[in-house]
Amino acid sequence: MSFIAKPKVSHPGMPKNKLGLTSRDYEGTVSTLCAGCGHDSVTAAIIQAVFELGIEPHMLAKMSGIGCSSKTPAYFVSQSHGFNSVHGRMPSVTTGANAANSELTYIGVSGDGDSLSIGVGQFVHAIRRNLNMCYVIENNGVYGLTKGQFSASADIGSKPKKGEPNQQEPIDPVSTALSLGATYIARSFSGDKEQLVPLLKGALMHRGFALVDIVSPCVTFNDHEGSTKSYAHTRQFYHHVIDIDYVPPAEEIKAAYGEGEAMPIEMHDGSTIVLRKVDKDYDLTSRASAFKYLREHFNAGEITTGLLYLDESRAEMHELMGNIDTPLSHLPLDGLHPGSEELKKLQNRYR
Amino acid sequence: MATVNDVVIKIGTVNGTGSASANGLLRKSIFRMGVPVVGKNYFPSNIQGLPTWYEIRVTGDGYQSRSNRVDVMVAMNAQTYARDMADVEPGGWLIYDSTWPRSQLLNREDITVIGIPFSRLCNENFDGARARILMKNIAYVGAVAALLDIDLDIITTLLEETFAAKAHLIESNMQAIRLGYDYAKENVSCPLPMRVEAMDETSGSIIIDGNTAAGLGCMYAGATVGAWYPITPSTSLMDAFRSFCSRYRVDPQSGKRTYAIIQAEDELAAIGMVLGAAWNGARSFTPTSGPGISLMSEFIGFAYYAEIPTVIFNVQRTGPSTGMPTRTQQCDIISCAYASHGDTKHVLLFPADPSECFHTAVSAFDLAERLQTPVMVMSDLDIGMNDWMIPELEWDESYVPDRGKVLGAAELEEMDKFYRYLDVDGDGIPYRTLPGVHPKGSYFTRGSGHTKLGAYTEDSAAYQDVVDRLLVKWETARGLLPKPDIRYAKFNKAALITIGSGDGACKEALDRLAEQNIGLNYCRIKAFPFAAEVREFIEQHDVVYVVEQNRDAQLRTLLINDLEADQTKLVRLLHYNGMPINAGFVVDRVLEEIAKGRAA
Repeated sequence: MSFIAKPKVSHPGMPKNKLGLTSRDYEGTVSTLCAGCGHDSVTAAIIQAVFELGIEPHMLAKMSGIGCSSKTPAYFVSQSHGFNSVHGRMPSVTTGANAANSELTYIGVSGDGDSLSIGVGQFVHAIRRNLNMCYVIENNGVYGLTKGQFSASADIGSKPKKGEPNQQEPIDPVSTALSLGATYIARSFSGDKEQLVPLLKGALMHRGFALVDIVSPCVTFNDHEGSTKSYAHTRQFYHHVIDIDYVPPAEEIKAAYGEGEAMPIEMHDGSTIVLRKVDKDYDLTSRASAFKYLREHFNAGEITTGLLYLDESRAEMHELMGNIDTPLSHLPLDGLHPGSEELKKLQNRYR
Repeated sequence: MATVNDVVIKIGTVNGTGSASANGLLRKSIFRMGVPVVGKNYFPSNIQGLPTWYEIRVTGDGYQSRSNRVDVMVAMNAQTYARDMADVEPGGWLIYDSTWPRSQLLNREDITVIGIPFSRLCNENFDGARARILMKNIAYVGAVAALLDIDLDIITTLLEETFAAKAHLIESNMQAIRLGYDYAKENVSCPLPMRVEAMDETSGSIIIDGNTAAGLGCMYAGATVGAWYPITPSTSLMDAFRSFCSRYRVDPQSGKRTYAIIQAEDELAAIGMVLGAAWNGARSFTPTSGPGISLMSEFIGFAYYAEIPTVIFNVQRTGPSTGMPTRTQQCDIISCAYASHGDTKHVLLFPADPSECFHTAVSAFDLAERLQTPVMVMSDLDIGMNDWMIPELEWDESYVPDRGKVLGAAELEEMDKFYRYLDVDGDGIPYRTLPGVHPKGSYFTRGSGHTKLGAYTEDSAAYQDVVDRLLVKWETARGLLPKPDIRYAKFNKAALITIGSGDGACKEALDRLAEQNIGLNYCRIKAFPFAAEVREFIEQHDVVYVVEQNRDAQLRTLLINDLEADQTKLVRLLHYNGMPINAGFVVDRVLEEIAKGRAA
């Protein structure tokens, strides 16, 4: 994984964020993934998003499971704690971590094998709890580290490098998340940073479970002709439905939008997401119509991308549990029990 | 068989008929007379309809374990009547509902059969099917009270306490008690020769089950995150934690909570949540049982290697596989000691009763945070779900939690660079940092090969360096863990060794053997890795009976493995039918070995 130290190169003119940090301060160690891997582009997009949001590095927690995707938290924000857990179990670790400390910003990086095969149980239950996190799936349809077996997101008819085409129904993380009630659902492409960075920013700042499913081609095992997760195929069938701009709190919306094109939505932290509707019929607040739209375009062979569903009103895990605002791990232990006198009293019922 | 305060009452009923509260009433009333009691529940894996038993051992001598004897059987379940009758000791008594005729085939000349028409009495006095069933159970409490000379005033007081807010229930329950009581008084010569008499041996004591005590201990330890998946017999531990937290951990003003209880989708997730919370600095735990440990194993190995404090309560039940979920065993000793693939070994703590469940819960968090490793509290169904008399629990106000080696912001600020897995102090325990404290504290937690600096590695020497350091930590753990309870009868070459719930049966067996002039020494082990004292104890003896509740002598195997103990002197004394071990079994097995020529 990450054993090669990355040289720090900084230019005096580099832009700084609100903390006075440059994007270099958000880098990690050198990637050990294959040259051209989609995941490295996602890493770059994450760095840009976190840098532009001005998140304090030590207030970010990077969570992952096992697989190529799950290695990537080592490649961004070295000054954040990372937790590279076991295969398919990143959601449970993040659930516990978040239960203990709600103040951190959680980003989980997973893959289609990690989240849709071995870890599908934990993926769906994290959604049910509306765990406050940004959940990234770097989706390439194959297992890379074990050399190219199909994963559960492989499309019917997609051809492997060797062997028979896939015949089983794919699990689509977006429609799965939609049916389970995720409150922020986006899909993008590792090759479209312009669309991806604002989607990641929105996901990081959303309060609740934010899924960003990213088609991120595997150049070694799934980028050939006949693959539905290749760069060429994705570019050809890529369909934007709603792109967004992320506007931080207290900042004015500066970009120029055409008449009827933009729709601002205010988020919990005071920031704004401006929706730029490419398809003006798409309603991202309705699960039913979003599902219908996604299915129709999927049937037509298209990959629908953008911010596909948003609900800012639902309570996240801590609110659902009725917890205090102070992180539980910050509470002094001696204040967490009623002491010796009360222990004496409460035992009266056991006599 | 005329005795005072030495009688075993067993009550056979149908699951789901409300007999638990009747049995609790009976047990409590004897306890309130100042007489020590033990309550054991033998229940089915079922919600309603299958047979269930409750056994009350009245023990003026204060013995803790189950007796293998039944003096008075209350046979309220027709399905099990024949079997219940067969269980009664010769000279004992059987009480049955004589509303309906009993098969003449079922008879025993060597016991006294007492028929009381409970159903008829209740049908005549109460309305509604449910009330009649419930009251029938209360009525047998009245009958037993008359037969054993239990104080009716105490029963009245208990009913008043239980139904403080519902006066009409006190009246109807008391009426049912009276029906049974009066019928017995009028028709049977009361009291029986085996009876109960007031003592003063229970003041300062309580009756509680181990899961409740452990849940209470978790609250006192300051646990804030509990994650679990329901599994018998551990479920009531989280129920207790929830109930104590809902009383003491909710801010009265805002109504907000200082605890998070997460019912996970399975045990794999439950343990993942515990690790995530502990990594973030919360005291977190999960209660489970054997099958849960199997599912958690991958993460347990991760916690061992990535060095994350983890507290697991394993309330053991009878296995393998689903086994008998409502019966007890100590059958996960090896699977817990070495849970997970690769070179792993884990700290185990063995509480012997609910009192130790409470205190061990607290020390488990201290040890897990001090040692940065999984700590498993090895309870079992007998301890966890049965009613034990223990001295009232006390909380030491001077308790200072041991949070282990955690670097704060000020310390990190002064450091040049932080490395996660360096053995700075030579005790094998590195320093850790918590997320969100300081940018210099960051490190990458991973289960993959890592160097002592915390970096990924596939280098042989760097890998070995870390796993060797974990052995240094293992030896540190050995010194920190609770010492065994060792008792010398006299200088003798033979001894008993046991763990956990074997304690009560062994201590009682030692008394009984002493009556036959067999004075064995005794060692109850409280933790794994085993303390040096355990090694010395084994070395001092020629014969050591290893008393444990599993088929494969798992404790014995662990003694041989961890201490390189001489296996020729470790004699297996195994009880594994799912019932709690009893003193008679230990005595008989020891005598059998002596008869074979073993040293005593």
